[in-house]
Amino acid sequence: MSGILFLEQTLNSLQFGLMLFLLAAGLTLVFGIMDMINLAHGSLYMIGAYLMATLAEATGSFWVALPLALVATALVGAALEASLLRRLYERDHLTQVLATFAVILIANEVVRMIWGNQSLMLNPPAGLTGPVTLPGGMQYASYRLLIIGVGAAVAVCLYLLVTRTRMGMLVRAGASNREMAVAMGVNIRRLFTIVFALGAALCALAGAMLGPILAVQVGMGENILILAFVVIVIGGIGSIRGAFVGALLVGLVDTMGRALLPIAFAKLFSPPVASNLGPSVSSILIYVLMAAVLFLRPQGLFPARG
Amino acid sequence: MKILLVALVAAAFPWAMHALGQDFYTSFATRVLIYAMAAASLNLVLGYGGMVSFGHAAFFGAGAYIVAILAAEGITSLWIAWPVAVAVAALAALVIGAISLRTRGVYFIMITLAFAQMMYYVFVSLKAYGGDDGLSLPGRSSIGLGVSLSNDFVWYYIVLALLALVLFLLHRLLHARFGRVIEAIRENETRATAIGYPVYRYQLLCFVISGAIAGLAGALIANQTSYAGPTLLHWVQSGTLMIMVILGGVGRFWGGPIGAAVLLVLEEVFSASPLLGPYALHWQLPVGLILLAVVLFAPQGLAGALAKRSQ
Repeated sequence: MSGILFLEQTLNSLQFGLMLFLLAAGLTLVFGIMDMINLAHGSLYMIGAYLMATLAEATGSFWVALPLALVATALVGAALEASLLRRLYERDHLTQVLATFAVILIANEVVRMIWGNQSLMLNPPAGLTGPVTLPGGMQYASYRLLIIGVGAAVAVCLYLLVTRTRMGMLVRAGASNREMAVAMGVNIRRLFTIVFALGAALCALAGAMLGPILAVQVGMGENILILAFVVIVIGGIGSIRGAFVGALLVGLVDTMGRALLPIAFAKLFSPPVASNLGPSVSSILIYVLMAAVLFLRPQGLFPARG
Repeated sequence: MKILLVALVAAAFPWAMHALGQDFYTSFATRVLIYAMAAASLNLVLGYGGMVSFGHAAFFGAGAYIVAILAAEGITSLWIAWPVAVAVAALAALVIGAISLRTRGVYFIMITLAFAQMMYYVFVSLKAYGGDDGLSLPGRSSIGLGVSLSNDFVWYYIVLALLALVLFLLHRLLHARFGRVIEAIRENETRATAIGYPVYRYQLLCFVISGAIAGLAGALIANQTSYAGPTLLHWVQSGTLMIMVILGGVGRFWGGPIGAAVLLVLEEVFSASPLLGPYALHWQLPVGLILLAVVLFAPQGLAGALAKRSQ
């Protein structure tokens, strides 16, 4: 295989992995601190993308709309947490799954009522629509490079936030042992509303950044939500570091699998077999990875507890 | 007594609808019966076994796809296609259960979801069998004996009889030693282990029986609509089956059937009712709100609420 293709796929998987990390980071903290399964996380991603598309249309500028969309989605997230999710912390996982599933249904319909059935267009910021030439002569979409840059910057900021600040310390304390953190006087409820709003803002960031590449439409959050769950289960629930490694791993395995497996199968099998086998094996690859990790290390790669 | 009444109403339903000239509702009721079977099978693992499986669509969809694929290969006999569908679903449940049951809690939810997703992508990528578009059946399975299932009347009674048989067997099973043991495991796994029950084997058997029944329901739904598509395998389908169980009542014998009936009737009312006008398109909104209310305020479901009232 040529070096150019390999480099391009590496950048693609990095871009995909970093966006997954934005989603998984909020999800893993919610999961880790409150032991709460939040299926509605994907809905926040969808709402973020819709708000971004609308605000970019209204303001005419990607960069003006972005912070507004983040703040607005964070507020939606905080409102959701304070009104509903708070009641679910003490309930069992089944209740949490079903209640947040109900939130998905409701959010989808509300979005459909406001914005209609058509998917929205979101353009990349001016000046970043074309490809750039990388050292080595490779052409790569400049907007995708921006996504990689933003994702990496956010990952660094989050790492610093979690490991170097007082709030991050409280978050880690909550994730490793909530009862103990409460006993030591941490106001876990307020902390949690903040964490939830932050997670919602990260969702909106992912939705806003991916909006120009993927379609902004109802149901966009559902498939990527499952991938985010795969990421946090692989990484270890409650661990930011685990979410980061898991996201990059899933991005790499998924992208490389789709790019390389068909080529490999074409060499090994007859064309009809290969054309059936390639897509099917590459799309189940990450689930095989997750099942294998769960089987061998049930707590994930970087367990937050214990 | 109550059971007799339910059976009587169910048996008389197509005649009543025929007399009223509303034959559409016979077909709708058949769909309700099929989903009642699928929900009852999920309730066995979820309610009685305490195993929160988020991948039940895998077995439901597999049953449907097996019938469709066999039909595409020219095998339409019910006597071959349906047992194969049940066997494949049971085998899938055996493999998935054997691996998943080594995990607990959240991890069990997630790993069953992951396996269901694998199943989804495997069937979607079978280009020879429809891929993304799903697979249409030439017609309902042939039963022989000079009877045709394409008659909606006959079809209704076949499905009703199968549901009655499944519910009867489930009732026997749950009131036998097996049912007591899986409930004991749900209540306290450590204690069940200490008493000396082979917990893992009981749970796996429960999972396989549930998967097999879901496979039968899948075979029926493929026949009902003459179609097997990816939506039957989608994780939202797993979620819908869970909604039915919780609406009806988790771990209540009639929970599955009641929940299936209530959810499908709600769907029908909200999506077709002229009352709602243009809002009928948004039928998922009231369904979501009702689900939320039940989860928050009536966690025992409708069967639980009924039982409380009669006490």
